[in-house]
Amino acid sequence: MSFGPFLLLALMEGMVTSAVLALAAVGLSLVFGIMRVVNVAHGEFFMLGAVSAWFVSQWVPGPPVVGFAAALILCPLFVGAIAALADMTVLKRLNYEPEATIVATIGLLYILQQAALSLYGPDARPVPAPFNLRVQLPWFGYSGYKIAVVAASAVVLLGVWRLLAKSRVGLVMRATQYDRETARAFGINVDRVYAGVFALGGGLAALAAVLIVPIQQAHYLMGTDPLLLSFIVVIIGGLGSLRGTVIAALLIGLSDGVISTFFAPTLAKIVATLAVALVLVFRPQGLFGRRAL
Amino acid sequence: MTSRLIGKTPNRRSVLGGMAAGAGALALPTFFPGYTHAQSAEPIRLGFQLHRTGIGASYGRWYERTATAALNVLNEAGGINGRPVEILFEDDGTDPARGAEVFGKLATQSNCDLVFGALFSHVVIGTAPRAAEMKVPYLVCSEGHHVASGMLNRWTLQPGITDVKSQVQGMAPFVTQNLGKKVTMIFPDFAFGHDHRDYFTAACAAQGGEVIAQIAIPPTETSFTRYFPQIPAETEVIYHVMVGPAVLTFVKELGEFYGSGARPQLFGFIDSLEAVDIASPGLEFLEGSHFWEAHPRYKQADASEHEVFYRNAVGVDDNGASVTDPADVATYAHMFSVWETLFVIKAGMEAAGYQGPADRQKLVEAIEAMTAFAESREHPQGDKTFNGKTHQAFGHQNISQVQGGKLIRVHRTSLEDGYYPDEVDYTTQSF
Repeated sequence: MSFGPFLLLALMEGMVTSAVLALAAVGLSLVFGIMRVVNVAHGEFFMLGAVSAWFVSQWVPGPPVVGFAAALILCPLFVGAIAALADMTVLKRLNYEPEATIVATIGLLYILQQAALSLYGPDARPVPAPFNLRVQLPWFGYSGYKIAVVAASAVVLLGVWRLLAKSRVGLVMRATQYDRETARAFGINVDRVYAGVFALGGGLAALAAVLIVPIQQAHYLMGTDPLLLSFIVVIIGGLGSLRGTVIAALLIGLSDGVISTFFAPTLAKIVATLAVALVLVFRPQGLFGRRAL
Repeated sequence: MTSRLIGKTPNRRSVLGGMAAGAGALALPTFFPGYTHAQSAEPIRLGFQLHRTGIGASYGRWYERTATAALNVLNEAGGINGRPVEILFEDDGTDPARGAEVFGKLATQSNCDLVFGALFSHVVIGTAPRAAEMKVPYLVCSEGHHVASGMLNRWTLQPGITDVKSQVQGMAPFVTQNLGKKVTMIFPDFAFGHDHRDYFTAACAAQGGEVIAQIAIPPTETSFTRYFPQIPAETEVIYHVMVGPAVLTFVKELGEFYGSGARPQLFGFIDSLEAVDIASPGLEFLEGSHFWEAHPRYKQADASEHEVFYRNAVGVDDNGASVTDPADVATYAHMFSVWETLFVIKAGMEAAGYQGPADRQKLVEAIEAMTAFAESREHPQGDKTFNGKTHQAFGHQNISQVQGGKLIRVHRTSLEDGYYPDEVDYTTQSF
């Protein structure tokens, strides 16, 4: 394959990675930014989204598109509910102590993973794509669904941005992020904001998984890679910065696509990890993060 | 980790409660009066290293079913040396470190006479040293060349399935003569895939063909499109073999990549589609392509009575799926190795007059003395020769073509096609 089409394919693959990564990482970033909780179980919320999408696709009759649409709505809600429950029963009891919440979310990771193994089984199962369209370019064919994933992710990210920047809910969230005690003094129910933010974070990861699952299949161990990459993205972008997270996701996703297509996927991971190390050394707050108060 | 006991009779509690000895003693004299004086009434306990979870889970599910079905047949026919047989399944997570732990647990805590059943080559390579250390026979169903290459040890044997070197050597002529001479290989980046890489490349060159590119993919990979641009444009045949949970994604993305445009011929190891329905959406492009199968998934028109018996016993329908769930496709091309290995164990123990763990060495020697297995209920995949020096079995290989959405056999290799000079003589090694 000549260089031009080769690069095009690399960029297209990179865009799909970026799109899904941005959704997953924004959830992680929100949770850290507002709650100061490093959620190690974030990848498992992603996995739960994919696994529950499989269940929904099995239960909902009719053409795949109906089941997929149902999964797109139900799975983030279901995972969000689990996340809210985890927040109220575990994280809140620990007073959101940073060290304690890390240990607690590690525990949560194993509980969710083993629960999926017990209830769903060890197999990778396919979820049918809502449509089977192939875009035939002169040099290679490409899945039309993958292109739709990029568009869908952009729409959702725009929605999240509007929610945070323009809505009352976003205002309350930002107020809580800025100063928890003052927010409480102004009558904001901080507990509810935290539960909501944790649910939103989990729900975004689940949404990313529902989008990716027709490409990748649902498997109980699929949460590890997104977790690692989300952390990489969030650290590079700056913890708590929505804009930074999206830009870093684009950066990591595209470089992953290009490097792994032209060289090797392992090298792409090495470069991403190296980038994290460099950011931590030279700009610990991330590209767009603010210095800790 | 869980373990399961499957006894001669369905009442597991009697086994668990230590009452098996009593029950066996009561039952045995009735059926096998001649053996009682020399026999222990204890059941023979076989450990099974099972890929129940992890990347080998779809194989594990079917290996467990196959072993259970074979065990029922074995026990109904009187067990081994008149003694009932139990299999203890232990999950190794398809992980080499856990594989070695599981081996130790089965051999010491569960007092198994031997351990068998492992498929994934990294688990086998990680576990085999443990077998030599503990002096416990380890019968693998792994296809890897590591047994016959001399890499492992005297306690590790592979009597149930042909190794990759022999498989690819048997099939290379078909590929170069019928499909094309310029081959690009896509294989998983671990021991099993490296066997394919090394031995197919050599076998292809010997046939006047050439492997022009080798693309290694980690077995845990979930996205494959990015690897395909490495396939050179002048490729005539793509030789693909993939394992792990994402095999369906791999084949689908290969189809998307070529789309409706011109594509090279495809020759795949059925591993790329084990436990996956060929009628899955997105796989239509496979029509007309070729696959290797050790044992044909779809019941062939000329299926032997033994093959039909085996297929019924393991609960697989004519299309290679579970009789109870047509969506549950079997790992049919590989799982016969579990069945056949169990019957080799039976033959070996009977030839060695096996009494208990003290006779483990005699068992290994008895299997080493074997030379051939006739096609039979015990060996439904077909006749095989066994090389006691290299601890390796050699069987027929099948090449099938996808015709009308089914795999139809178009070529069957002879046993001689897969022979190569011995690389080791384990019988000269000490125990």
